[in-house]
Amino acid sequence: MAENLEKVIQEVTARYGKDRTRMMDIVREVQAKLGHVSGAAMDLIAREVKSHRVEVEGVVTFYAFYSDRPKGRHVIRVTDCVTARMRHVGEVVAAFEKELGIRVGETTPDGQITLERTSCIGLCDQGPAALIDDVPVTYISTDKVPSLVRVLRETGDAKKLVKTLGEGNNALDLVQSMVINNIRRRGDVIFAPFEPGAAIRNATAVSPAEVIRSVKTARLRGRGGAGFPAGMKWEFARNAAGDRKFLLCNADEGEPGTFKDRVILTEAPDLLFEGMAVAGYAIGATEGILYLRGEYAYLRPYLEHVLEQRRAKKLLGRSIAGKAGFDFDVRIQLGAGAYICGEESGLIRSCEGLRGSPRDRPPFPVERGYLDRPTVVNNVETLCCAARVLEKGAAWFAQIGSEQSSGTKLFSVSGDCRRPGVYELPFGLTVAEFLKEVGGEDAQAVQVGGPSGTCIDRGQFGRKLGFEDLPTGGSMIVIGPQRDILEVAAAFMEFFVEESCGWCAPCRVGNVLIRERLERIRAGKGLPEDLAYLEELCTTVKKTSRCGLGQTSPNPVATTLQNFRKAYEAKLLPARQDGRQPTFDLRAALSEAVRVQGREPVAH
Amino acid sequence: MSDFTFTIDGVEVPANKGQTILQAADAAGIYIPRLCWAKDLAPGGHCRVCTVLVNGRPQSACTHPAGPKMVVEHDTPEIRAWRKNIVEMLFVEGNHYCMFCEKSGNCELQAMGYRLGITTPKYPYMFPQRAVDATHPDVFIDHNRCIACGRCVRASRDLDGKNVFQFVQRGHHVRVAVNAEGGLGRTNLTAADKAAQLCPVGAILIKRVGYAVPVGRRLYDVKPIGSDIEAQRAATPSGK
Repeated sequence: MAENLEKVIQEVTARYGKDRTRMMDIVREVQAKLGHVSGAAMDLIAREVKSHRVEVEGVVTFYAFYSDRPKGRHVIRVTDCVTARMRHVGEVVAAFEKELGIRVGETTPDGQITLERTSCIGLCDQGPAALIDDVPVTYISTDKVPSLVRVLRETGDAKKLVKTLGEGNNALDLVQSMVINNIRRRGDVIFAPFEPGAAIRNATAVSPAEVIRSVKTARLRGRGGAGFPAGMKWEFARNAAGDRKFLLCNADEGEPGTFKDRVILTEAPDLLFEGMAVAGYAIGATEGILYLRGEYAYLRPYLEHVLEQRRAKKLLGRSIAGKAGFDFDVRIQLGAGAYICGEESGLIRSCEGLRGSPRDRPPFPVERGYLDRPTVVNNVETLCCAARVLEKGAAWFAQIGSEQSSGTKLFSVSGDCRRPGVYELPFGLTVAEFLKEVGGEDAQAVQVGGPSGTCIDRGQFGRKLGFEDLPTGGSMIVIGPQRDILEVAAAFMEFFVEESCGWCAPCRVGNVLIRERLERIRAGKGLPEDLAYLEELCTTVKKTSRCGLGQTSPNPVATTLQNFRKAYEAKLLPARQDGRQPTFDLRAALSEAVRVQGREPVAH
Repeated sequence: MSDFTFTIDGVEVPANKGQTILQAADAAGIYIPRLCWAKDLAPGGHCRVCTVLVNGRPQSACTHPAGPKMVVEHDTPEIRAWRKNIVEMLFVEGNHYCMFCEKSGNCELQAMGYRLGITTPKYPYMFPQRAVDATHPDVFIDHNRCIACGRCVRASRDLDGKNVFQFVQRGHHVRVAVNAEGGLGRTNLTAADKAAQLCPVGAILIKRVGYAVPVGRRLYDVKPIGSDIEAQRAATPSGK
């Protein structure tokens, strides 16, 4: 066993050139071969790549999909996303527990199957869903659970769970997935037909500076949520000094309710890779990385195939499209279950084989990013837009959408509506128009931009979706009239507590405290002063946290306190006039002493 | 000669290119509270106690470079409240038994609590279960008192060249781990290492030096934390 361990680790580390910056790949492969990354394995990995055991341990324990303890041969990860809870995922989890005879977090005694919960896996429109090993399994109902477990046990192959293939490229031999695209609206930018090479031809016909000017003229803004002008970002990186420059594509969409990038990766990867090449040309990068969230590992073989095809067509590699000096290639870096890696500096660290904790800025990634070189990190959708800008022209792009938000936007729609799925719509439509489109007119609220965004009430349905009013990275969760808003907020806080990287104190501790007080209120034990307490706590976390996660993580509570205050007030205990704390429970406080002493207190 | 000036709460502060806001403030005798920062260490940006407003935007003073004409707000009621809240969070996150901690009086967390006027945290205690590692002959780690400031991580890596410490796990499960399966005693740490000396709290302590100075006569028993920096300001003629 010890010899085998040594052999496996030497093989794996050698495959990655004993390069410690490839730690994500090394750990992933070691785990795939050995089931987990033991302390002995950490020692050996550290020795081979000239790192330190505790550094390896830091990485292994940071990412949800890595483990330092043995797990079952198969891991069932049921998504615990809010949208799944709306579809009674709790009952599905209970059915798995019953069928397997274990609780969540445990492994069957025969060592075959581990059952876990996981954050959003990007299948909110077809949930409840689970990842079984790397295989997405959708529309799970309690009655399907026994057969899923049986097939998994009998065949030992999660791929055998896929009975019906999804439409479009989901059915390709290289994908073979039951995931469906659910594209409800195709616009002219993302889901229109695209001829590979069309944008690169136009880009290479002009100078990189002119490419940047086109993207600026198109007024293209980043689609990840913050809306930073893409052309400006490219220009910063182009002008920054560095012997190498990098273009990173952020395909780590992890915001609950977001799944649009999955559909782009499935149906329009050529448009995306074309955008990456155009961006590489513009900023002077020769290397690109597609950071693919671990949940989408099932798409990797297909994406690698598309990259191969593009190399064969001279759309990647050396002298792209015959342009001497234009060299650019892309590698795929798989993530491993950490929402924080969708933050650009966290993503960079993860690509460097480190814990995915963000950095303080400055320096900005465009000055010092991946491997301390100038780096642009763009969202999947942004790069697709950029390709289209070069193909069809800046003026064409700029006339779509609104003044400050040009182009179309992809919306991932889930929750209480009749037509969940992916919509490509021009920026600038109102929430009411949007709800009509998706069949959610009776909503009491819409979570715009996911948990880190804002929860709006009916009074605000006249607001416009776009950077000038209601920005969104694309996640749109429709909340029907029957829902308990505080339950939704609590689920979102759960998510942020789980996904905080823990680097800085306010996010690490503050979110736990927000959750605690919210739960107290939900349990009917809140006091009137708790609302001000929560508001101050939310402000402190938002103002003092280090990165975008902490700066937005209190939003589920902060925005519902603002827009749904009555829902909170209805749960509060009245203030007592006698000065005693109404929440103090003498019996509970004494319970442990009662147990130890075996007698009841005299006073009560 | 300084390269440029900027203002902190309206006071003009000279600075040199490459200096952080915190370094320039220190030199000018303005004490911005901080916990994870230590002289000679690269800033970590962990504790966020040094948060200031730079041209209206929150930034950590320990990491943010000073810039010409920058307008920094530091000692305002709003920012004081944030800092106090963060320090209270750190108190409830761990188990801080000041009354019998060897570090009492020399502890920066405790001193910061006093300086910011914290009598008792308004947040509920979390009472986590944390381990004590006494495997090393000369040094022990009590994780109960750790505030995850990362000083030991940076000191061991950057000053001692040893990488004895690193963060493991994530979120509120984050803790400092050591570079050996069997605990601190299996690492190459020595009591003379910077990493063993720079802990701001009583999490990393040197064995057999307990209570050499009686409580009541220790560093922060005598003067509030930060007063050494503020004394410089009083001493400079330009200090207001």
